[in-house]
Formats: sequence, structure tokens, C-alpha cells
Amino acid sequence: MRDVYVIGAGITPFGELWNMSLRDLFVAAAKDAMKDAAVGRLDGMYVGSMSPGLFVGQEHLSSLLADYLGAVPVPCVRVESACASGGGAFRSAFFEVASGASEVVLAGGVEKMTDFADVTGALATASDQEYEGYHGVTFPGLYAMMARAHMRAYGTARDEIAAVAVKNHENALLNAGAHLRVRISVEQVMSSPPVADPLRLLDCAPVSDGACALVLASEAYAKQSKRPLVRVAGIGAATDTIALHARSDLASLEAVARAAAKAYAASSRRPKDVQVAEVHDCFTIAEIMAIEALGFVGRGRGGPASKGGETSREGPIPVNTSGGLKAKGHPVGATGAAQIFEIVTQLRGEAGKRQIRGARVGLAQNMGGSGGSATVHILELV
Amino acid sequence: MFGIVGYGAYVPRYRIRISEIAAQWGRESEGETQGRGLTNGTGLVEKTVPGMDEDAITIAVEAARQALARAGIDPRRVGALYVGSESHPYAVKPSGTVVAEALGIGPNVHVADFEFACKAGTEAMFCALSHVKAGEMEFALAIGADTSQGAPADPLEYTASAGGAAFVFGRGERVMCEVLHTHTVTSDTPDFWRREGRKYPSHAGRYTGNPAYFKHVVGCAEAILEKSGAAAPDFDHVVFHMPNEKFPIVAAKRLGFSTAQLEAGFLVREIGNTYSGSSPMGLAAVLDRAKAGDRILLVSYGSGSGSDGFVLRATDALEGARGRAPSLRSQLEGHRIHLSYAEYAKFRGKYDVCG
Repeated sequence: MRDVYVIGAGITPFGELWNMSLRDLFVAAAKDAMKDAAVGRLDGMYVGSMSPGLFVGQEHLSSLLADYLGAVPVPCVRVESACASGGGAFRSAFFEVASGASEVVLAGGVEKMTDFADVTGALATASDQEYEGYHGVTFPGLYAMMARAHMRAYGTARDEIAAVAVKNHENALLNAGAHLRVRISVEQVMSSPPVADPLRLLDCAPVSDGACALVLASEAYAKQSKRPLVRVAGIGAATDTIALHARSDLASLEAVARAAAKAYAASSRRPKDVQVAEVHDCFTIAEIMAIEALGFVGRGRGGPASKGGETSREGPIPVNTSGGLKAKGHPVGATGAAQIFEIVTQLRGEAGKRQIRGARVGLAQNMGGSGGSATVHILELV
Repeated sequence: MFGIVGYGAYVPRYRIRISEIAAQWGRESEGETQGRGLTNGTGLVEKTVPGMDEDAITIAVEAARQALARAGIDPRRVGALYVGSESHPYAVKPSGTVVAEALGIGPNVHVADFEFACKAGTEAMFCALSHVKAGEMEFALAIGADTSQGAPADPLEYTASAGGAAFVFGRGERVMCEVLHTHTVTSDTPDFWRREGRKYPSHAGRYTGNPAYFKHVVGCAEAILEKSGAAAPDFDHVVFHMPNEKFPIVAAKRLGFSTAQLEAGFLVREIGNTYSGSSPMGLAAVLDRAKAGDRILLVSYGSGSGSDGFVLRATDALEGARGRAPSLRSQLEGHRIHLSYAEYAKFRGKYDVCG
């Protein structure tokens, strides 16, 4: 396989974007990405979207989005892997370029969630409907069980979990496109309304609208770009059982660990080489479990590491400088692409006040459901 | 000179405390107390509840009786009667016919029911005023009355309440509050709705804020201020639709009004959101206190969405007519009966009883 580069990136603000429809969101992000790439060619498109059918009653995004982008007859495929749809779209685009089949491919993600759908119900379809859904459990409940398991196995404390939300909200203050730009305290997290014990409202990512797009290209096309060159150094993906109860350990994310192992091997990098990371913090506990699965901290150390500032912008491994899903927002299908957007922005040195100085190696980790699917992408500044 | 020649308002004597509703749903911990009792984010202490024998029609009749008493006219001289409500007891069959009959109005009267979420009352006022202004008739009666609905545990349940206000419009020396300017804005903005056959309305949460309430209320107010050549400090009183405590205060602030200008008509903390009755009742409470020459701005809001604006000025005739009916505040502060949630649920028909 040949090298693949990210030569263009575009994103919409995340939030309750009442004046933008699903197609508006995608087209805005994709146009920005194409403009950024400044390349007169597009061979294919992959767009991650979890559930446009349930959220806005629209399927067949491949035709719709190519049409409204003005890209017809470019082939387009919608990729679905619950909240890992964006990561899946990027992975598919990567292989299309790496294989030599195409030169320039767009990978994006979009979700329009605030059009009065039953959002919790739609999201719950990412769990095992026959074994989990029938019992009435939704994602806050599943992650609450994972939090309980982590607390029992490692003594993780409630205030350590809350520290994740505080840090990510702090980062979002420096991201103009973030959904929740408000400073919060550990006490506010711990006294916010209970959602599924021990998780509270401020442990949960918000319901957001948003889209993101990235342009991937072969070396020949990447070298024409005047922008700082970012190479996809290694990729990995894995699955786990869809139902939480089928796993041997509720306190770890095995799909993430396996996807990470592949990405590290492919890039010849180790966790300590990563200088900035975006991880899938749909709930605060998910970030703690993700940084363990990615090897940034030892098993069971996610809580103390978060509370101790190890994942802050000043810490040894800055995590979710964008604000993460928690505060930047979580338009589910767009999230995986948006994580890569943040890493590309950091590696290009264009992250403004939240810039991690000298960052050359970054990682984006995206997952679906309660960890039933995961992607990990490692990117490097050339 | 044309404008209001009689006004009246009615509130049921039943109340439920916001803390009682919050306790029912285990949400006491979410209520900030603000020194007046639990408000659960609404700013309300309590809200009115219609009695078992009350509905939008009986409330309309009570408010209109007071308006006719203050007007001191023979009801048969009323040429039009409009009732605005989103809780008309019948889907098909007008509320207005019952109201007219009960008040001794007609049969030579034009009657219509209006519906436009929370602005149906000011809509009735707008049309009644226009008839009088055009010289089509001597007097026209406009009423906003509601027994508004909120589904169990829905945020609306903390605010949806009952009450109404009525205004007789006419010309000449009888006018106790002159209408100087009107303005109305409308757009298709579906922030709140109830489909045919549904018992409770649906709403789109925060969407009811900036794109809906504030856009229309602030937009209408700005337009009518420009039309009238007046600025916020020129007014003695201002009334905005009151779905909760926060919205009218924020709208006032954005437009440069002070909370002192809101005060006389600010009823929401004690009565809740009376929907079609809300801003008209605020105006009635202002007229209970206004002095001759006082300038008043009224801007309603109805989901769906639209706002009606009125610039008014109290005249010398107000003082003498005021005492012919009880003030709104005297009804509010009079005998009250506080209900438990179970009684409230029974009063509001929240239980479907078999047989």
C-alpha cells in the first residue's frame, strides 16, 4: 500500500444548528475541505452517518450528498458503524487511495440530531436491540454500568471521573466551533441531575448537529498542496461483542486496545510518541477507559491521571484539546471525522490558543456503541 | 380617539405550588429556591388551576362580565365577540356562541373563535379594534382565555395554567385606554404544537427561545417602537408574553426596558403561563394601576409563530371606571385553595377514568 495524506479539512460549528439541514451541514463542511485542499479532482466520497433515517427520515445519503455538493457523478458511499461511522468513513477513503484505485477521496461525517427525533431511542439502536434494548437500557445506562465496573475494579473515584468533563469544557472555551463553551467545576458535575447512577448530566456529551470533511490524497497530489503535509501514519480497527454483558471485562475497551495495537504497529509508533490525542468521550468514563486502552496510562490509572492533569493541555499527553465529544459536541456520524480534523489542525500548528507546541504525532480514537466497534488513526506531520 | 372602553380579568382560585409538581416527579433537587420556594427553573412559585366546572368558556365569561361592567354599556350594543384560546372545549362548535349568550350579547353580533397558541387573545383584540377603528360597529369585545395543557412530567406542566382577560373596544370619550399604534409579525416557526386528537402539546425544547419567542417578540417590539417614534424610556409600563419568569425579563433587557417598567403587569410568578390570557392579563393588571397619560407597550407571543404589538395610552376615563369590577391583584391575593398533585391531576383530567 502507498502513503496517504490529508490535504484538506473542513468543519461546521457543532451545536443546535436550527437553520441548517443535514445536507446544508455536509455541503458546508465538504466545500471548506475541498477549498482547503485546493485540488481540482475528486474520485470518491465516503460519508459517515449513524442514523439519518431515524433522526431526519432521510436515507440514501450517497446520492443526496454527492448531488448537493455538486459532485455527481463521483461515487459516494455512506458508512455506518454507530458513533464510529466517521472513523469508518475515513478508513474506507484511506484504503481507496492507499490501494492505488483513486488519487483524491473525500471522507466525512454528518449528523442532524435536533430535528425533534427521539434521540435517545435512535441512539439506543446502536446497542443489541434483542438483548439490551428489550430490557430498556439506553447508552447512559450502559456506560453507567461500565463506570461502576471501573470504580469497583480500580477504585476509580467519582471526582476523578468528573475531572474529565471539567478539562474538556476548559478546552472547548478555546474552540470557537464548540457546542458547550462554558466553564464548569468538579462540584457542578457531581451535583448535576442524575442520569444513570453514577453518571450525571454533566458526564454526558450533548446532542449536536454538525458535519466534518477531510480530503485524502496520494503523494503525487499531496505534494501539489501548499499546506503543511499530514500523513496517515497508521490505522487500526477492531470489533467487540455488541452487548456489554457478553464481555469478559466491563471495565476495559478491548476493541479500542486491538485497534490501537494495529495502528501503533503500522506506524511504528508507541503510545509515548503521541503528542496530542482525540478520544471518544461520549461519557466521561469513556475517556478514562480510552486512555487506558490506548496505552497512554496503565490499566486502572485513567481516573488518577485525569484528576492529576496528565491529559490537560499542559500534561504529558494532551487529550481532547478540541473539547472532545463532551464539550465540542457529538453529532454522532461526524464525530470520528471531527476528531481527525482536530489532530490535522494541531499538526498543522493552526489550533490557535489551544495549540500543543511542536506536536508532530497525533492520534484519533473513535468508537461505536459501548465499544462494539473502534477505529484508531495515527497521523504525522511530514 | 379609539381604544379600550372596558377591561376585565379572571383567575381561578385553585393553585398548585411548583414544589408540589417537582416532588411528584422526584425533581426537587433541580429546583433553585430563589427565596420564594422551589421554582424548577421556571421562576414560578405557583400556578393557577381551573376548577372542575371551569373551562375556557367560563373563564371568558367571567373576564368579559367585568369588562362590560367597566364599560357600562348594554351588551346588545356589542357588534363583535372574539374568543382566543388554545383550549376551546369543543373542536367543532364555537366557544363564542356560549359566551355571547351568557353575556346577553347578540343575536346581531359577529362571533368567532381564534387560535394561535399563546397569542390568540391579542389576535382577538387586534381584530376587534380594527372593526371599531373602521367604524363598522360601536363596540367589539375581545377575550383571551385558556386552561392550558401540559403533559405529566413535561416541563410545560410546571407552567401551563388557567386565566383570562377581556377588553371592550370603542370610540370617543368612553375610551379609558387609547390604542395609538399596532403592529404584528408572523413566520412559520414550529416551536410548539398539538395535533388533532392529541391531549397534550409537543414542543421543541430550547428552540422556543431565540429562533421563536425572542425573534418575534423583540422583532415586533422594535418595529412598533419605530412606527410610533417612541423609545423604551418613553413608556411607563411594558407587558410581554410570560411563558416563564426569564423570557420577558430577557426580552425587556434586550430592548432597553427596565424591570420597573415590567413590574405592574408581571404576573407569571404567581399565576404561571395562562397562554392566550397571559399578556392580556398583564395589560389588565397594568390598567388596574395606570395613571392618566401613562404609556403602555404590549407585545404578545404565539408559537407557530407570531407577535402582536400595541402602543397604548391611559386616559382620564380610566380612574372612574376602574372600581366597577375587582382588580386582578385582589383576585390573585384573595381566597386561594392549594391542591395536592393528585387533586390537580383529577381537576385537569390527567387520569382516564373508566365508566
